Amino acid sequence: MIEIHNLQKSYNGVTILKDINLTIQDGEIYGLVGRSGAGKSTLLRCINGLESYDSGSLKVDRFDIKQHNENEIRHFRKNIGMIFQHFSLMERKTVYQNVALPMKCWGYSRTDTDKRVRELLKVVELEEKINDKPRMLSGGQKQRVAIARALSLNPKILLCDEATSALDPKTTQSILALLEKINKTFHIAVVIVTHQMSVVRKICHKVSILENGKISASGTVSKVFLEQPQSLKNLLGEEEDELILGGGKTIKITYAESGDNNRILSDMARELNVGFSLSGAKLERYRDAVLGAIVLTVDDERIADIGQYLTERGVSWEVLSND
Amino acid sequence: MTDISSLIYQIVIPEFSRTLFMVFSATAISAAIGFLLAILLTVSHKDGLRPNRYLYHALDTTINIVRSFPFIILIVAIIPLTRAIVGTSIGEKAAIVPLTIAGAPFIARLVEGSLREVDKELIQAAKSFGASNFQIIFRIMIPEAVPSIISGITLAIVAILGCTAMAGAVGAGGLGAVAITYGYANFDNTVMYGTVFFLIILVQVIQSAGNYLYKVLK
Repeated sequence: MIEIHNLQKSYNGVTILKDINLTIQDGEIYGLVGRSGAGKSTLLRCINGLESYDSGSLKVDRFDIKQHNENEIRHFRKNIGMIFQHFSLMERKTVYQNVALPMKCWGYSRTDTDKRVRELLKVVELEEKINDKPRMLSGGQKQRVAIARALSLNPKILLCDEATSALDPKTTQSILALLEKINKTFHIAVVIVTHQMSVVRKICHKVSILENGKISASGTVSKVFLEQPQSLKNLLGEEEDELILGGGKTIKITYAESGDNNRILSDMARELNVGFSLSGAKLERYRDAVLGAIVLTVDDERIADIGQYLTERGVSWEVLSND
Repeated sequence: MTDISSLIYQIVIPEFSRTLFMVFSATAISAAIGFLLAILLTVSHKDGLRPNRYLYHALDTTINIVRSFPFIILIVAIIPLTRAIVGTSIGEKAAIVPLTIAGAPFIARLVEGSLREVDKELIQAAKSFGASNFQIIFRIMIPEAVPSIISGITLAIVAILGCTAMAGAVGAGGLGAVAITYGYANFDNTVMYGTVFFLIILVQVIQSAGNYLYKVLK
């Protein structure tokens, strides 16, 4: 379990992280999203001590880096694997040697190392590339090697720093599927730093959105997407801008798809006897839910009734305005 | 006119072996010292594994000072040191001292550059699985930098070869001395350009060997 309380960090008088509070449970897939420069990678590096922080506390299974010496920190890091955007493999070593490197550094026996490396290459489906050099591999394959290396010391946590940002969408999907498989089979907590919302939607249980070094929204992925906090809108940018028509009020309804409300629009029209024009609707699949978003334009005088009806149904909604 | 074959057998070949002796012993010792300096520079640099401003600046300044000396002045300036180490300031053994003093900081800079080019994320990855600083240097940074270090050493060998000619002017012997004394001073263009031609071939061989090694290791 990773527990972070009131963590602060500044560098040369510039605040990088401020009032960070979050808890990541064992076996959870946790997303840290934000635009570049938001401090997400720094926060990730604080977890395994690659970066230090000024005040507050950060404990990984009750281990607080600030209270240990360099040698103890090295041992502690065996519990935390890490992968990077540009794979960080040794270009002059083979796939096998790259995966074996951490075990070699920790003085494992040749037979133990050999067994573990072959086992891991099977997990990441690269058995036939065992003697290839990284330059002969595709980006996705390189990241698989890096994942195998990160898992070689049997960590409890895997940190991913923009691990899919240099990959094409299809390869990204396969790496995410692999991370999910690793999370399930080995019960390893995965902390994912990314600026791609699609990554969060696909595999994360929980997410925190970072803006200017602060956590501006946090919670289960479906909750954050349903609530549509301003920071999420900032992150998604123009792509999510809604078309607002004149002649009435434009409202946006967000809901989790379920038997109860998959007919919400026709139910509302029938029960309230209202008309509306539809300007947009979409359903998106998340790890554990399907979320819907609908944009409607309704008559000014019926907005109160509609609002009450939606609230009673437990659906969140908001009036969009032209500003 | 000098008899070409006797010139080759009696002068060029023995002096050639002196040149090779000077170049390779000076390179070997310079490389050893240069490597050590490069590691200390890389580790103590402000983005290094264990930043130490004072050590870095001390080394940095010393290297810059030594490298500022024109080689021919360096040879003369350190004659007392050369005498103390070798016992004489004349001959190819004595020449190794200034060649090493000039070569080590040069190689240190080249190797420092190669080590600094090693991917920062790779070093972070090594830290993330708990590698010690010693392991990061010797198992990760140096092995990754080998091809680039080989290119640097090739460059250094050719530079040191050039310096041996200057050392030849002040009593070190070698092919440079042949070109100057038997060629230039004797008004014998055949010997002078012949020796230069020989040096051209030597540089080509060194450079091609270096390039080949670089390709294989990369």
